[in-house]
This record gives sequence, structure tokens and C-alpha cells, in this order.
Amino acid sequence: MSSTATRSPSEAVLRTENLGRIVAGKTILSGISFTVQTGELLGIVGPSGSGKSSLLRLLNRLDEPSTGTVFLDDLDYRQLPPRELRRRIGMVMQRPFLFPGDVATNLRFGPAQRGEAMPEDEIASLLERVGLAGFAAQEVSVLSGGEQQRVSLARTLANRPEVLLLDEPTSALDEQSKQGIEELVGALVRDHGLTCVMVTHDRDQARRMCHRVIVLEAGRLVQSGLAVEVLGA
Amino acid sequence: MLKSLFNSEISLGLAQAGIASLIALAVILLARRRNIHLESDAAVALLRGIIQIVAVGSVLALLLKAPRWTSVFLLAGMVVAAGSISAKRAKNIPGAAKISMYSIAVGAGLVTAIMTWAGVIDTAITSLIPVGSMIIANAMNTNGLALNRFRAEVLAHTGEIETALALGATPRATIGRYAETSIHSSLIPAIDNLRSLGIVWIPGLMTGMLLSGARPLYAAIYQFVVIAMILASSGLTSLLSTTMIQAHAFSKADQLVLKGAE
Repeated sequence: MSSTATRSPSEAVLRTENLGRIVAGKTILSGISFTVQTGELLGIVGPSGSGKSSLLRLLNRLDEPSTGTVFLDDLDYRQLPPRELRRRIGMVMQRPFLFPGDVATNLRFGPAQRGEAMPEDEIASLLERVGLAGFAAQEVSVLSGGEQQRVSLARTLANRPEVLLLDEPTSALDEQSKQGIEELVGALVRDHGLTCVMVTHDRDQARRMCHRVIVLEAGRLVQSGLAVEVLGA
Repeated sequence: MLKSLFNSEISLGLAQAGIASLIALAVILLARRRNIHLESDAAVALLRGIIQIVAVGSVLALLLKAPRWTSVFLLAGMVVAAGSISAKRAKNIPGAAKISMYSIAVGAGLVTAIMTWAGVIDTAITSLIPVGSMIIANAMNTNGLALNRFRAEVLAHTGEIETALALGATPRATIGRYAETSIHSSLIPAIDNLRSLGIVWIPGLMTGMLLSGARPLYAAIYQFVVIAMILASSGLTSLLSTTMIQAHAFSKADQLVLKGAE
């Protein structure tokens, strides 16, 4: 599913260097440097307005850094065509924003942008992995919030990303759906070696799910380390 | 009643303009009672309107004696003004004024040139300027509607657009259907004008032709010709401006730059 086979665990796949963003004279992020190891789930935590989502948007270059840069496999990501970069660093938004049509249409979207057709069996296998077996022909308009977020996740995974960015993927979900998504992401990291960076304002969730965390406050990185050490046991 | 009070045509015209303005202001005051405040906008627009149209009337009076080629410069001036006015409907989109001017110039200019070459529009200043200005003005309105709708569509669908970008789509692929909606909606007035021609309204040009003694049937057919030309030029303008503005909604790194407050 991901391209981790050529990399050994604990090798840095993603590295930020002095990353910053200034919008209309206001500093949103400043001096952010950290690494993401292959196969880990790194959490970005912090209070509302601390710059968590803004940082995630910089990682797949939906916004342009005002200072610093990001290295993907030691290559400055500005040297990559944006479309290739976004395929390699996939992103799941806070809201799923599914495209009109059925589930399969949504899954085919990413590969279709590169002129690739996604075979039926691959769609079925991906849906099974996210707990939506048999949903391929289902219209997205009739799905529950949790199911929509799973489709959104599968749609990003269809691009076979090397790093998966998750922006508060459970913030709009009920408790049961939230637990389901947490288990799913955990399984993807544990069983398939997927590298993930997840934004969450929920420190308990970060403690449950993440290996390491970085803590942001007012756009600055104030703490980083193992989740259990930084957030407490 | 007014005709018996004023001897000169100019005084009569100004008095008629005064009465029309008073009725418009009365409606504005009525709207004020419902907390819709248009007073200053409407007052300025009425004042600007009368000054501009009197100025144009005066210039036309002078131009009637000028060589025919001078009308090209006058129409070019109108295109520049139209581009600048309709670009205001595309707030926050860089390059909107230039794109508007170019689109109106090509849309209105091409149709006017073809129709003049074909002999449909007479090259006399008294014919080319009024018909050309009608085509430019309508292209301006359509362009403004298209850009305004495009901006609104993009702002309303930022999440969908950025989701598609994040999945590796090209900017054009993410924004195409919003551009199509903008083109379609911008042309609704022009299509409705054509559809309701003669049933709901008898446009000014036909009225003018009838008043100046033209045969009603020819005046009617010519009015259709003008409205059809307006549809053609408006369509071309909208198509061009919406196509060009799409590129300006994104940065070189395929980032959506047309956004609300961040």
C-alpha cells in the first residue's frame, strides 16, 4: 500500500527545517523543525489556533512556507512537481468533501488524475481494509459521517502515499465512529507500515494513538518526544 | 405637461431627467423604510449617470462631424472603462482588470468587426458608436456576472477544490465545473432578453428607429440582430474571461490563492 519497502523503520522520511508561515503580516507558524520516521504515527497537538492545521497544510504544500522548507527523502519538496508531491504525501481533511457519485468513483479519482485506471478488485480490497466491504456502488450521499470519513481515507490511500496526513479526522464524528477510525488508522500503521502525521486537539486521543508527538503553542513548537512522556501516561 | 413649460429641447430633457430621478429616489426612500440603505449609492449613481450620458451626448454631437475612423478610438476607450468596472466584481483575483479588458475587447470587438465587415452595422459614427456601445456594455455586464459568480463558487467550494488538489488533481480539473456554472449563469440575462424580445420588452434601439421613422418590420428585425450580436459577444467574453481567470486563482505551485480570510 505505501512505499515503505525501500526504507528501514526509524529512517526519517519527512523532515521540516525552520518552517514558518506569515499571512498578511501575522505569524501563523515560526521555526518549526522536526522529523517523521518511517512507519510511525506522529501527533501534532496543541490548543485551537496554535497552527496545527496550518502546519499540516504546509507539509503537502497546499500553502507555501514563508520560511524554511520540507524534505521528503532528503529532497527539498519544492523540487518536486506539486502533483507528484501530493500523491506521495496524501492528506485526509477534517471534513471528507466526497465528490458526487458512488464510493468507487471517489476512490478512482486520485489514480485517474495520473491517467491510471483502478481495477475493481483493488477497489474491493481497499474498501475491505477500511471496513467498507461491498460499498463500492453505494452513493456517497447516503453514507454516515463515519463511513464518509472512511471513504475519504480510502480515497487518499488509493494514491499509495508514502506519508499520510490526517487533519483531525474524528473531530466531526460520534464516539462510536471516532473509535472505529482510531482503530483503522492504528491498524494501517501497525499492519501495513504506513507513516502518518495526525493533527488532533484531543490529548487523550494522541496518547492512545501516537508514538511521538510535537506540541504547538501560538505557532511555535514548544515540546516534542514520546507521546507517553510528553502527554503523561 | 412639461412640453408646454419648456421651449428648448435641452431644458425639456433636463426636466424629464429630474422627474425620472425623483421617482427613482422615492423608491430608494421607500426601501429605506425597510432598512435597505441604497440612498448614497443611488444618489451618486444617478448623478454620475446624468453627467456621463450628457458628456457622451456632447462628444457625439462633436463626433458626428469627425472622420469615421475616430469611432474606433471611442470604442477602445469604452472597452478600457468596461474592463475596469466589471473587474471590480472579481475582488481578490489578481489580474482581473487586465483579463476583463482583454475579454471584452476580443468578445465585443470581434463581433462588432465581423458585423461591420458584413455590412450589418453601418460604419457611420451615428450607427457604429450606439450599437458598439450596446455590445460593449452587455459584454461588461456578462463579464462582471461571470467573474462574480466564479469568485463566489470558488469561495463556497474551497474544501472540495483543495481536497481534489491534495489528491493530485490539476487546478483546471478541480475548478472546471465551477467555471462552467459561472459561464452558464452569466449568460442567463442575455438568453432571457432574446427569449422575451417583443413579448416582454421592446428595446431602446427599436424604439429609437421607430421614432426616427424606420419601417416597423425592419426596426424589429434589426433589433433581433442587435440582441443576437449581444448574445454572441457576451458569450465569447464570458468564455474568455472565465477561462483566463482560472489560472489566476492558483499559484505556480498549484495552491488555491483565491480564498476568504485565512
